[in-house]
Order: sequence, then structure tokens, then C-alpha cells
Amino acid sequence: MTEFAEIWTYLSTDPLLWLTLTLAAYGAGDALFKASGRKPMVNPVLIAVAFLAVLLQLTGTSYATYFAGAQFVHFMLGPATVALAIPLYANLNHIKKAALPMIAALVAGSLAAMLSAVGIGVALGLDTNILLALIPKSATAPVALGVSEAIGGSPSLTAVFVITTGITGAIIATPLLNLLRITDWRARGFAVGVASHGIGTARAFQVNETAGAFSGVGMGLNALLTALIAPIIAQWLLG
Amino acid sequence: MIIHLATLLAFQLLGEVTSRGLDLPLPGPVIGMALLFVTCVIWPRLAKTIAPTTTVLLGHLSLLFVPAGVGVVGHLDKFGSDGAALGVAIIGSTVVAITVGALTFVGLRKLTGTSHD
Repeated sequence: MTEFAEIWTYLSTDPLLWLTLTLAAYGAGDALFKASGRKPMVNPVLIAVAFLAVLLQLTGTSYATYFAGAQFVHFMLGPATVALAIPLYANLNHIKKAALPMIAALVAGSLAAMLSAVGIGVALGLDTNILLALIPKSATAPVALGVSEAIGGSPSLTAVFVITTGITGAIIATPLLNLLRITDWRARGFAVGVASHGIGTARAFQVNETAGAFSGVGMGLNALLTALIAPIIAQWLLG
Repeated sequence: MIIHLATLLAFQLLGEVTSRGLDLPLPGPVIGMALLFVTCVIWPRLAKTIAPTTTVLLGHLSLLFVPAGVGVVGHLDKFGSDGAALGVAIIGSTVVAITVGALTFVGLRKLTGTSHD
């Protein structure tokens, strides 16, 4: 019989193990989410990430080794982003009718995200280089990283802020919007997409298809607006 | 299913080429989404054809963020004394952004008399 150590040596260098565990951890997180009666606090992404992070620590596995397996899941983000065009198209009539509220909510939400993050950061005494990395955090990851680099922030810090913002949005959106008594799925979805990109959009799709479609639009439009406005806010911050 | 995935990948590829070729500030997949949307407006049959696959893919969108999320955990201890301030800035600004965005949407909808549906 083969020693466990030998099997582990094979598994720990093979992408199969971490790919399987990524799917299993998310599956478990999703099962817990459903068992909780779909409570926003029981976020499947957060559960899977926490579980896998602890497992990497315990087994002394590097992130590079983990990613060799998990990259197959990560890769699907590209085609999934492209796929957002389909619910967008299906909701074309809704979107045409709501063009003006959408544009206003985009500008207001995007500016509110960037300015309030910088404002709170300044008030709490964060360094300028951290503030620069915070500015584009509501945009989808590839845009946020590019913008961060362009305005002199650290892209790896921004990556952390982007994911944290997404999970925060996914958790707080439902209780917050209920508290505000906003019942329009278009308004709810759109605001979440602008503030917390793809992770917020994924959450919106779990709640309501229309909210998901509008969240996808909000995410796409805010990617564009952040790329345009973040350099101006950065200049103002440095000036 | 395979043809559907190939279609999505082809639009992503087209988006990447456009983004790099024209030096646009938008990532390839976002441009690919815009191109696929325009194609569906011109040729509605495409949307109907690939919808079963995109529904499955988007139904599991959260899963796709797990690998990047795990990468984040390795950085969390670096923040030390800034951790609390960063947490307040991120949670606070997300609350503000969702509130402002949703209220603006609803306010403008009422102002312009757009129907609630």
C-alpha cells in the first residue's frame, strides 16, 4: 500500500486537488447559505474563501500552488462577464424605460463610492498611497487594478480592497435596501452593481433576475466611469 | 453547450483584441459583453440560442470569485494598525454608495414619471 505521504506529494503538486476543493468548499458554502434560509450574512464566497485560506495555512500550501488548480475556475470570470450581455438584452425594454434614472444613479453612486472612501480614509488618518489604492475599489477587478496603477496606487492593495468591497456589498445590500424601503428591483440591482461590481452582481442574481441584470449593467457602466473619474479624484487628492 | 461557450470565448477574444488594439481603459471581457449585447440587438436569435448556457454560468457567478478571494487572505495581516480604519472606509463607503445610488434611481424615476415594475 502506498504511504499517505507519497499520495500527498502527488496531490499537492497536481492541480486536481485544489480545483476539487475549491468547488467542494463553494458547494458547502452554498448548501449552508440555502440551509440558513438564504441569509445574506451566510455568504457562500466568504465561507469558501475562509475555509480554503485556513486549509492552505494548515497544510503549508502556497497560494501559487493553490492557484495552479483554482485558475480553471478563475478563468471562467472572463466568459461569465461576456455572458452578462444576455440578461442585459432580455431586459432591454426595462433598461430603455429607465435610462435617465440609471445615468443619474450611476454618476451619484460612483462618485459617492470614491469620495466617501477617500473622505473616511482621510478622517481616520490613512496614508495617501493607501487612499489612492482605495479610490477604484468599486469597479470590477481588471479595471480597478489598471486604474490603481495609472493613478499611482498599488494594484495588489487594490485587489484586496476590490474583493473586500464586493463581499461587503453582497452581505449588506439586502438588509440595507430593505431598511431604505426600496422595492424596485431595478434600483436595488443597479445600485449594488455600481457599488460592488461582480460579487454584488452575483448576489443580486441569487435574489432576483431583474436585479441581477441591472446590477450587471451598473457594474459595466461603473467600470467605464471609474476609469474616467478616478484620475481626477487622485489629482485632487494629491494637489 | 460547447458552441455556446465558444461563442462567449470568441466575444471575449474580440474584446481583448479591441481593448489592446485601441488602447481602451476597459478590460476585454467588458468590451466583449458590449459587443455581444450589440450583436443580440441586431440578431435576436443568438440571445435565445445561448441563453440556457449563460443562465447556468451566471447562476454560479459567485463561485468564480473564490480563487481571487483566497489570494486576498494572504494580504490581510499586512494592514496591521490600518486594518480597522480600512474596514470602516470600505464598509462605510459601500453603505453610502448603495444608499445614494438606489435613492437617486428611485428619486429620478418618480421625477420623470417612469413606471414602477
